[in-house]
Amino acid sequence: MLTREELAEMDVELAHYEQKRGGCIEALKVLQRRRGWISDQSLAELADFLEMSVDDLDSVATFYNLIFRKPVGRHVILVCDSVSCWATGCEQILDYLAETLGITLGQTTADRRFTLLPNACLGACDHAPALMIDADLHGDLRRQKIDEILARYE
Amino acid sequence: MERPLTENIRPGQFPPGIVDYERAGGYRALRKVLADADPGGLIKTVTDSHLRGRGGAGFPTGRKWSFVPRGEQAVHPVYLIINADEMEPGTFKDRLLLEGNPHQLIEGIIIAGYAIEADTAFIFLRREYTLAEHRCARAIAEACERGYLGRDILGSGFSLDVYLHSSAGRYICGEETALLNALEGRRAIPRAKPPFPPVTGLWGKPTIVNNVETICNVPQIAEHGADRFRALSNSVDGGTKLYGVSGRVKKPGLWELPMGASIREILEEHAGGMKDGWALRAIMPGGASTEFLPADRLDVKMDFDSVEAAGSRLGTGTMIVLDDRTCPVGMILNLMRFFARESCGWCTPCREGLPWLVRTLEAIENGEGQAADMEILHRHTGLLGPGHTFCALAPGAVEPLQSGLALFEEDFLRHIRQKSCPWK
Ligand SMILES: Cc1cc2nc3c(=O)[nH]c(=O)nc-3n(C[C@H](O)[C@H](O)[C@H](O)COP(=O)(O)O)c2cc1C
Ligand code: SF4
Ligand code: FES
Repeated sequence: MLTREELAEMDVELAHYEQKRGGCIEALKVLQRRRGWISDQSLAELADFLEMSVDDLDSVATFYNLIFRKPVGRHVILVCDSVSCWATGCEQILDYLAETLGITLGQTTADRRFTLLPNACLGACDHAPALMIDADLHGDLRRQKIDEILARYE
Repeated sequence: MERPLTENIRPGQFPPGIVDYERAGGYRALRKVLADADPGGLIKTVTDSHLRGRGGAGFPTGRKWSFVPRGEQAVHPVYLIINADEMEPGTFKDRLLLEGNPHQLIEGIIIAGYAIEADTAFIFLRREYTLAEHRCARAIAEACERGYLGRDILGSGFSLDVYLHSSAGRYICGEETALLNALEGRRAIPRAKPPFPPVTGLWGKPTIVNNVETICNVPQIAEHGADRFRALSNSVDGGTKLYGVSGRVKKPGLWELPMGASIREILEEHAGGMKDGWALRAIMPGGASTEFLPADRLDVKMDFDSVEAAGSRLGTGTMIVLDDRTCPVGMILNLMRFFARESCGWCTPCREGLPWLVRTLEAIENGEGQAADMEILHRHTGLLGPGHTFCALAPGAVEPLQSGLALFEEDFLRHIRQKSCPWK
């Protein structure tokens, strides 16, 4: 069941739209923030609240790459693989991350600490190569910097 | 040199709060506009200023605003949407404006909203711009508290609400009609045009979609007039422009310069030229969906018409540099992978054609290419070009391919002949 806190947070967002479904992406994000990811159970509860069919809501949820329909780790690493980062060595950064964490793109570490995902240009091309961990941007990446950055995330 | 867009931005520091922004002359333009009480005149001023949209297509802003039905034909609510979905690879200009001076954007929104008689505005912000989200939310709250937003703004009778919508990913959301679907809580698939958004947009209501940088130019135009704005520029388009450079240059970054600064000035004076040991081969003038220009075209002026005359597009005005130690086939493969992944999948040429291009380019890059592959690549530049797809994503995707095939033909052929990538 949606909690009172979840409903309160969603109501603020839903008030901005002419139709209830307008806020469905915001609502998915509220749930994801609180529950980590969107399970089938969460999806059904939300669809009911928004007066949408489950399939309709799922078609939206699966379209957007930052809505997670599978469990993710405590921290999500988004590695930019677009052109300026590619030209300045994002592949080496990705290789190093994969090696250090023992996972490839799309996977989560066994201790559920990190999920590793590719991402479109992060708008930090003047600091390429760049990645984000949760809400934090990290640019001008070098292999040597990565261990130190990862250590900040428990 | 005047830098009206960025003069109050201190990179790496907190943006001006409302008190500092007002002290620097902020919200004066809004007071003037409300006192003049002439929305039609304001649209004319913006038209006369020769402000062209900074989102990539360069549509004249005043003209776009004039398409919103007015008077007897008016339909309400009218929506104003700020496109802050910045995701074009190589582009990082709106981030500076959003993080560096959100009140400038909000003042622009209120003035633009007044001109088109809008009722509600949305800032459509990409999810990853978390610092911008935080700072814009705070600026909106400050502006509400001061009476610049909400009901009966400064006693003028004009009311406007501004909401911040943080998105959930996907490059296609930046396409303005896909953006409307995203805001309605649907899959972000572009809509058929016509009807165009100024007449039938969000929830079927009149809607203007403008880029962040476009709207940040509006306060100075409203305050100082069209002539002054045109005088800032070195070309027929008005104003200054945020230019950027990324890639193997000495000082990648962003600079506000008169519209029409030359590629040479931006690349050599501001970005400091290429890093030692790397030579320039080509540039993409304005993001991933613009044609490559060869290294001997540095005297091209970076305004809409000049770049087009040179065979490319100004796009977002943030250049990507290709150096001599990077494989052009690999670079084009990277671009096509991006577009294939970000395709919304709605129309067949784009959904099926881009992955085909990726597989063909992968084969060439991995030394498994055949002479006939060149023909496949050439044919796709036509099949995915303008007129064959539902939106401009696929035509934009083949711009760097088409120009790259011409410019780097010998490099493609070398991959095929020697059955390996010469750069590996
Ligand atoms: C695939 C695609 C992505 C786009 N992404 C953006 C974007 O992130 N930001 C933007 O302002 N315009 C983007 N545009 C252009 C918009 O459709 C629209 O033309 C623009 O926001 C209009 O604003 P302007 O007139 O102020 O330039 C994109 C267009 C396409 C085809
Ligand atoms: S061109 Fe591509 S992105 Fe645009 S509508 Fe067609 S499939 Fe979608
Ligand atoms: S290409 Fe990586 S941040 Fe822009």
